[in-house]
Amino acid sequence: MMKIHRRTVDDAGFDETVKKLTPEKIAKTITYVLEEESAARLKAYIETCIHCGLCNEACHFYISYDRDPSYSPVAKVRQTIWDMIMKKGRVDAETVKKYARIGFTECNICRRCSMYCPFGIDIGYMMTLVRRICGLLKVAPLYLQDQGYSHMYTYSQSWVAQDDWVDTVQFVEEELRMDIKNARIPLDKEGAEIMYSPHSLEAKFKTNLLSNIAKIMNVAGVDWTMPSFDGWDSTNQSMHLGDNETMGMVERMHFNAGFRLKVKKIVTSECGHSFRAAVYDGSRSLGWKEAPITYIQPTQLFYEFIREGRIRIANKLKGPVTVQDPCSIVRNRGLGRMLRSVVKAACEDFREVTPRLEHNLCCTAGSGVINYGPPWKFLRMEGGRAKIEQLQATGAKIVIAPCHSCHKTIEEMIAHYKLDMHVMFISELLVQTMEIPDQMQVTKSGKAESS
Amino acid sequence: MYDFVTSIEVYNFLIGPMVWVAFIVFIVGSAYRVISLIILAKRDRVVYPYLSLKYAFRSFIHWLIPFGSRNMRLHPWMTFFAFIFHIGIIVTPVFLYPHIVIWHKAWGIQWWALPEKIADIMTITVIMCCVFFVFRRIFASEVRFVTSASDYLIIAVVAAPFLTGFLAFHQLLAPYRLMLMIHILLGELMLMAIPFTRLSHMFSFWLTRAHTGSEFGVFRHSRDY
Repeated sequence: MMKIHRRTVDDAGFDETVKKLTPEKIAKTITYVLEEESAARLKAYIETCIHCGLCNEACHFYISYDRDPSYSPVAKVRQTIWDMIMKKGRVDAETVKKYARIGFTECNICRRCSMYCPFGIDIGYMMTLVRRICGLLKVAPLYLQDQGYSHMYTYSQSWVAQDDWVDTVQFVEEELRMDIKNARIPLDKEGAEIMYSPHSLEAKFKTNLLSNIAKIMNVAGVDWTMPSFDGWDSTNQSMHLGDNETMGMVERMHFNAGFRLKVKKIVTSECGHSFRAAVYDGSRSLGWKEAPITYIQPTQLFYEFIREGRIRIANKLKGPVTVQDPCSIVRNRGLGRMLRSVVKAACEDFREVTPRLEHNLCCTAGSGVINYGPPWKFLRMEGGRAKIEQLQATGAKIVIAPCHSCHKTIEEMIAHYKLDMHVMFISELLVQTMEIPDQMQVTKSGKAESS
Repeated sequence: MYDFVTSIEVYNFLIGPMVWVAFIVFIVGSAYRVISLIILAKRDRVVYPYLSLKYAFRSFIHWLIPFGSRNMRLHPWMTFFAFIFHIGIIVTPVFLYPHIVIWHKAWGIQWWALPEKIADIMTITVIMCCVFFVFRRIFASEVRFVTSASDYLIIAVVAAPFLTGFLAFHQLLAPYRLMLMIHILLGELMLMAIPFTRLSHMFSFWLTRAHTGSEFGVFRHSRDY
């Protein structure tokens, strides 16, 4: 077998936690997950895979790392799940660390490989099992573990408590009135059509994004609300941690918030994983076939707004624009055409990416990788090379990315590779280009009138 | 020893009871594998609720038509060899004239047979494909990385009956009767190996593809090809 080259990374989440592991604990956990929790799919996949290596072209890590065979999807399964099965879980702590590194940092669970496998083997599912095992053993990136604990203590991803949240909403509303006359951010409005469920960062240091959403909702004139109580944050990092119990609890809180406010549908933030957690992992782990309440990603909401004429584009964005298809909402939910429809409506010069739609490459920040902090930034910069080259080839200056992870990592890659590009959310694009009706314009004195 | 191996008694055993054993092991073993997987899938509560005939067939069709999926177009040589190989290993033994003669003698049934030359070409093609697969395992680094001894063994198990059959028919390398005995035995071993090795992908292909095809079509609203 060839030598595998990996950079040494200091992460207490890996280095310190493995010291507490015992062989019995490791074997017990692996056996529990592989034999009790996972059933037919794992068996079928392991017995079917003929090691043909045809999945390699699917992986952005494999492409970005100059076709290094150890990054191929099947190689990752071989080094983790197969190894566990062959050794019957009798492995040492260092091996668990190796599993964790592969499961957490070398796979974004974008599920592109399951489209490229001739048998349709869901390699992403096997990587979630690796994360589950390592998560139960508490061997995971420190920053991600921190967010897992944040979900447990504050019911939000980034330690934003409920009172901070309400406070934030109030000042965002106040500031919004500088732009939109009598703008409202209604909290706890029962029976509203839409409940907007923000990303916790929108309540922490990206409040401009919350403001953008509120502006669009006000201009579109929809009946919307947000919960003031816990369950307002749509994120779910516990899912990435393999902590299915907390993931289920967090999702149940989201569903309950929607039921309590008797809303027709929940709109998540422009985020991939929170949508995936709500409609896919979370719903399924709670026993629902689909989410028990209608979930809409903003891409679809904005598409409907434009189609119904609720939002009119006044001045289209000039300059070449392209899109990033986030895995969670395009490959795993088919919203790619709606995304293009919105972007084409708001931009003059749209440039298509290749490969596109469900074949699009992952941004390398998905499934929590964006949150691993400074020690792991190199991974996104190097692993995302294929992504940034793909975007660069379009010649676009602006990339529309309706996902927090995609947005942040592509912006960082642009800085890293010194490119003349910029990333925008759809909401940012709409706020810049939409028509604000006269009655909503603030008076000439610049002061907002109180309602 | 040689006389015993090539005796009519051994021949009759290989062509008689042993064939029964081989087919029973193959059919019962395969049925057991498929049924146990189908029953086990009930525990995996995300499998059955999402199954859809329409999307399962969409998936089958795109992965059974040469170059019907993007990945096949990305690997044209592999696609080419994989398709002619799989066609060869199924069509050649079923429509081979000497095999049909045996069926006719035993049960009085017969069907269309491949012309001798075509059968020869197909047999050589299968062997060449196996050589290609072995070379790919050795020289393509991404395949070599995930290759273990069992992968070569599977190729050998499939290639052996074709190679020995060809050699026996053309009376090459070893006396005809000896080669024929080896051919029959290896053919029976291959058949029996299917349910117990990853050769069982000939059955599980339909199950995993149906699941993934349905999942992509029903839930993810996108294509899996």
